Amino acid sequence: MNGFFKSSIGRKVAMALSAFFLMFFLLQHLAINLLSVISPDLFNEVSHFMGTNPLIQFALQPVLIFGVVFHFVMGFILELKNKKANGVAYAKNNGAANSSWVSRNMIWSGIAILAFIILHFIDFWFPEINTKFIKGDWSGTMAGVEGYRYYEELVHKFVNPVRVGAYVVAFVFLALHLMHGFTSAFQSMGGTAGRKKTLQAIGKAYSIFVPVGFIFVALYHFFNH
Amino acid sequence: MDNMNLTLKIWRQKDSNAKGQMVDYKVTDISEHMSFLEMMDVLNEQLVNSGEEPVAFDHDCREGICGMCSLYINGEAHGPDRGITTCQLHMRMFNDGDTITIEPWRAAAFPVIKDLIVDRMSFERIQHAGGYISVNTSGNTQDANSLPISKHAADEAMDAATCIGCGACVATCKNSSAMLFVGAKVSQYALLPQGQVEAADRVKNMVAQMDLEGFGNCTNTGACEVECPKGISLDNIARMNRELMKAALK
Repeated sequence: MNGFFKSSIGRKVAMALSAFFLMFFLLQHLAINLLSVISPDLFNEVSHFMGTNPLIQFALQPVLIFGVVFHFVMGFILELKNKKANGVAYAKNNGAANSSWVSRNMIWSGIAILAFIILHFIDFWFPEINTKFIKGDWSGTMAGVEGYRYYEELVHKFVNPVRVGAYVVAFVFLALHLMHGFTSAFQSMGGTAGRKKTLQAIGKAYSIFVPVGFIFVALYHFFNH
Repeated sequence: MDNMNLTLKIWRQKDSNAKGQMVDYKVTDISEHMSFLEMMDVLNEQLVNSGEEPVAFDHDCREGICGMCSLYINGEAHGPDRGITTCQLHMRMFNDGDTITIEPWRAAAFPVIKDLIVDRMSFERIQHAGGYISVNTSGNTQDANSLPISKHAADEAMDAATCIGCGACVATCKNSSAMLFVGAKVSQYALLPQGQVEAADRVKNMVAQMDLEGFGNCTNTGACEVECPKGISLDNIARMNRELMKAALK
């Protein structure tokens, strides 16, 4: 493996591997979010398990954070290298003649997603870390709330129309990113299957249904509470 | 159709160190049957007659097979037509009164030598790094047909080998990536038994040279495949990626 991940292709393979991991994570995140629509109790139980299980908190959570940070940092490194490879810019360049807008603007949809993740960290992750690791409260309960606090907190988050609006916009960018990213990851891994109809169809379905699922959960709580 | 009058916006650059700029020219009475390069010849005759320096551009066979001509025309490598080089682009693709922007290939690894001519030696150096097979050519060479090769592999290898190394893939790529070129060169050997012996070293050395030359990375936009005059498929990039992964795991 000597130097493989330092090569241009090795870096793209690393991008694709982290992308696969993140796409899998998105599916499980969406599944739990959808539980809040189906059953608040079940959502509370699963959230408490995810939030307090040591394997998830101390093993999988660091892996996830590494995966997210890696995908962004490598994305920026590749973008900078690509810009350097360009040299002088064309006076006239007709990119639309030969490629899709989403494929040419992965960095911008990526930056929009990064902005959302930063907000999500401030909004959700930092308070969670504060409660559990600084205050040392692992009970999953809150004064004035019966049972676990997670469902109440989720509902409370989606009261503010500005937050819901930002959430919807962010997931539209995620859909755009995935529309190219899903099949592109397979292609980087050497799969010509990325160009076959079935995989393209799965990619399209994934890149629409997953973001729409997240948006649905947000809008559901916004309009029902 | 009547003959055309056109405005040309052409990149002029005295030499590799000079700062270039776009300069406007007018050409008149251009026949729709002319090739794009013949239209350039008309312009140059005009310039020579008026004592100006003609526009330097690459060309050789003018039959679409040598890979020498280039030109980024109206924002596309080899112009608006598909599956052709610039010498095979005809003026019937344009209309009377059009303004046509003509630029050299743009990539850090393809520096401009003069006007519309760029230095594509980086491609040669990639080839030198491994784009060959080491065989004895002293006269007792084995007949290639004595090795059984499936029709499918032979066809795919031939498709990859049709790459003429013009550099349209790099010029068109938003990252100035040479993956389609290198992918085709790696593939044409990887698909054949003669290429197997040196396969791992070949892909490693060619990719290393490609990176060293300063070409960008692949975003899989597919633009190269669309603009390639020989229709080289993106599958060749995927095959190169597989070959490099295989080589790295060895």
